[in-house]
Amino acid sequence: MNYQDSDNGWLLRVRNLTKIYGDPISNSIQYTGPAHGTNICPETDAIVACAEINFDLYPGEVLGVVGESGSGKSTLVQLLYFDQMATGGEVHFKAIDEGKTNIVTLSNQRKRQARSSLMGMVYQNPRDGLNFNFSAGGNIAEKLLMAGNFHVGRIRERASFLLEKTEVPVKRMDNTPATFSGGMQQRVQISKAIANNPPLLFLDEVTSGLDVSVQAKVLDLIRHLQRELGVSMIVVSHDLAVIRMLTDRTLVMKNGRIVESGLTDQILQDPQHPYTQLLVSSLL
Amino acid sequence: MITESKFQQTYNFGFIDESTKKEIRRKLLKAVAIPGYQVPYSSPEMPIARGWGTGGLHATLSLIGPEDIFKIIDQGSDASVNACNLRDFVKRMTNCRTTFDTAEATLIQTRHRKPEEILTDKQIIVFQVPQPEPLRSVERYEFKTRLMHAEADYAKMWVSLYESYVKFGAIMQGAGYPVRVNGRYIMTPSPIPRWDVPNLSMAPCLHVFSAGREKRLHCVPPFTKVEPLEFEDVKFHVEDFGAITCAASGGDKAFMDEIYESETSRKFVMNDSNFMDKVRSGTRPPQRLFTNPTV
Amino acid sequence: MGYVAIKGGEDAIANANELVEFYRIKARTKPIELAQILGQFRLLIDKIMGEGSLYAPEHAALVLKQNEGDVFESAFMLRAYRATLQRRYYSEKLATREMFVRRRISSAFREIPGGQILGPTRDYSQRLLDARLVTETMGDIDAFLGEFEAKLDRSSLHGVPTLSKVIDLLQSEGLLREVEADTNRRVVDITREAVKFPAPRSAALQMLARAETGGIMSLAYSAQRGFGSAHATVGELRVGEVPVRVRDARGRVRLIGRIRVTEAEMISKIKTQKKDPVPYLSLGYGLCFGQNETKAISMGILDRTMRSGGDAPCQTQEFVLYHTEGIESYGFTNHLKLPHYVTFQSGLNNLRQAVERKEKNRGNLGFGSKPAPQKINQPAS
Repeated sequence: MNYQDSDNGWLLRVRNLTKIYGDPISNSIQYTGPAHGTNICPETDAIVACAEINFDLYPGEVLGVVGESGSGKSTLVQLLYFDQMATGGEVHFKAIDEGKTNIVTLSNQRKRQARSSLMGMVYQNPRDGLNFNFSAGGNIAEKLLMAGNFHVGRIRERASFLLEKTEVPVKRMDNTPATFSGGMQQRVQISKAIANNPPLLFLDEVTSGLDVSVQAKVLDLIRHLQRELGVSMIVVSHDLAVIRMLTDRTLVMKNGRIVESGLTDQILQDPQHPYTQLLVSSLL
Repeated sequence: MITESKFQQTYNFGFIDESTKKEIRRKLLKAVAIPGYQVPYSSPEMPIARGWGTGGLHATLSLIGPEDIFKIIDQGSDASVNACNLRDFVKRMTNCRTTFDTAEATLIQTRHRKPEEILTDKQIIVFQVPQPEPLRSVERYEFKTRLMHAEADYAKMWVSLYESYVKFGAIMQGAGYPVRVNGRYIMTPSPIPRWDVPNLSMAPCLHVFSAGREKRLHCVPPFTKVEPLEFEDVKFHVEDFGAITCAASGGDKAFMDEIYESETSRKFVMNDSNFMDKVRSGTRPPQRLFTNPTV
Repeated sequence: MGYVAIKGGEDAIANANELVEFYRIKARTKPIELAQILGQFRLLIDKIMGEGSLYAPEHAALVLKQNEGDVFESAFMLRAYRATLQRRYYSEKLATREMFVRRRISSAFREIPGGQILGPTRDYSQRLLDARLVTETMGDIDAFLGEFEAKLDRSSLHGVPTLSKVIDLLQSEGLLREVEADTNRRVVDITREAVKFPAPRSAALQMLARAETGGIMSLAYSAQRGFGSAHATVGELRVGEVPVRVRDARGRVRLIGRIRVTEAEMISKIKTQKKDPVPYLSLGYGLCFGQNETKAISMGILDRTMRSGGDAPCQTQEFVLYHTEGIESYGFTNHLKLPHYVTFQSGLNNLRQAVERKEKNRGNLGFGSKPAPQKINQPAS
């Protein structure tokens, strides 16, 4: 499959994206996957975290990625956000070189530019996304500074606007997120992620560490922001309720592979793959 | 048993052996070619303690020739004890002429000041540097700071300046204010006061910064842009001495030392001792002054 | 104008130097002969040669005398002297299997081929003051030496064999493995190029061999107490003389002398892998000039912890190597005595302005005021 196959208006196009840890052999991919019930190569112990990942993401679309832990879903977004180096495959992003460049091969400097201005990431653990040595405002400022905004007044305006938007008391802007509740830390992470209005946002188990009551509020906020900003999102979760609430389309992953994909409603109503059926039945 | 002659020895011109000098000169050329970039170098031990100007001596002694006229200052003063000791060492190892006169010197070694008097394209100034890494305050590991420089990843540095403003209402960095050189590398100008920082930019002389203990040297070549890190609305300021005049020379508009002769009497004198002598004798030399922005 | 003392610095230095000389000899006792220092301060000489990075006992004795016994200053002076010497050769690899062994122990086995040789050690002595030394005379020394030498069987001295190594036992059984992370085998000369991190093991070992004994002991001790993991066993500790050889211009290997060294081979387990879940053994290596067992053992522990991964101080190469470099840490710690009034003034200026701002802003909260809301799709420019 070539990335130019058909231009159906995609924003992000992923082809054959693969990540393997350890020493792979040529058969590592063949020996792993859902058919084998494992992502560990039996010969070398190499871990095929994800392989043969293909999908398109469209502007304004929310794509869910669901699967159990170890299915490769978090690795997938970490590859797209350049937290990890892909072992192989292609990723094209319309916002970078009009989609002509395979962005996994960009220089570190350009990857950093892309991360700061064109993408946002919200991690399950706020410590991965926030620097607790800096204030909440400083964390947001980091994104704005990297995008070339060097006006303290405007930085603070923007930061307080974002915090207000994400329902964090603005008077706490100059405190470190270490003193915030879990829900508030996630809100600060979201503010930081959307600071430069990126066209693409990754959410990795953002509500998994939160109390149920707080979860609902944060999900509400995300849905609201998505509509207002029209941003494309990839939402990773093990929780089908989150997927149902947020996403239009869903990929189901198991043992590092996509086993099923389709409209979220369809998948929930009529799951095809036995693994998806299991997931759905446990939800109901 | 050992005879005394075993311990007698003669020294090479400039103390350092020629092959090491050559190595240091090559590294200096590299540093000139990549303004603001920290070049690792061998940094042999000197008979002066680490942290007391060994890096400055490496640069000085590999640059100095028999015709050079050498000046050395510490905290602005030719008479400071460590300056005297290093001057004596350089003189013994080179037999060069030494001077206190900033204008006469061809090679100036300094700790924590650039002279007030404008240096010319015939002069080289060598700064002693305790910590060459401007990012050390935000990243303690060198293998990481090297990557950050390579990729111009200076976000953390900027956020720390932002945080300083938020906490204190100003960027509180005193001496050693971080600068960007030639639009690329962030560099420490060594712990010179902010007063001296604007004088590094587009200056006719060559600035060599040498950190012996840390084994790194970097340069600001002549006529190279040096910009203190500042925001559009939170600007870099030099130390403000207001209308203070020097108690010894009557002059103003120079970096001042605060002197206490008793618990109650505070007065100010010019820090640059040679500059003050010249002001006192009525021949104030040309000087480049920076005016603080009014924001 | 008492402050503007143009000649003040030079005079002060001259006076200080004179006072140092006065304090060195003011007790008006018999000058210490270098032979005495060499003869009776053997371990001190060894320590200074190690940290000074120069095998020159007589020079070490001289600097000790010159510096009134200050170990830091003496090691520093020896190191500075070393930098002035021409480097004609790099030696061939030292072969410690060829060591003329004075002392050699293993804690890993009860009996080892060639036997445990306790040699000269205070390990099993009671640390009580020996009042006899207060009145020790040349006669006492002669008497002891006469008796001691009479006991020696001189004919057996020629037959002292070189000893195989304890690690050979483990090696032949296939129980020793390389530490996984050890891949950079480039041999650098740390006195000719600045170390960059991550540093190859050759650079790390050189830096440890020159490191300040107390510094590496602290970090090695921290590893044993649980800040990092090191459950090390002394595989073998040997002290003795080894031949030093160089290759001359014609390519012939020439013996140029013998030096006394202490070598420690510390054994610990390596991390197991799924493929091969055997907790094999690995070596941490220590070697230093003279008899300095504390240093060799500490070095052996740190050589291993620095390659084990993890972020405890003893596992962090940059942390261990930079901060145990005695000459540099000694110099920089003492440089704080230099005047810093320019930097201090610069900070003071900021501080006073901060106080002023506080007065002005009394009643306000913080420096950032809450600005008016902004439209959401307007990017921060």
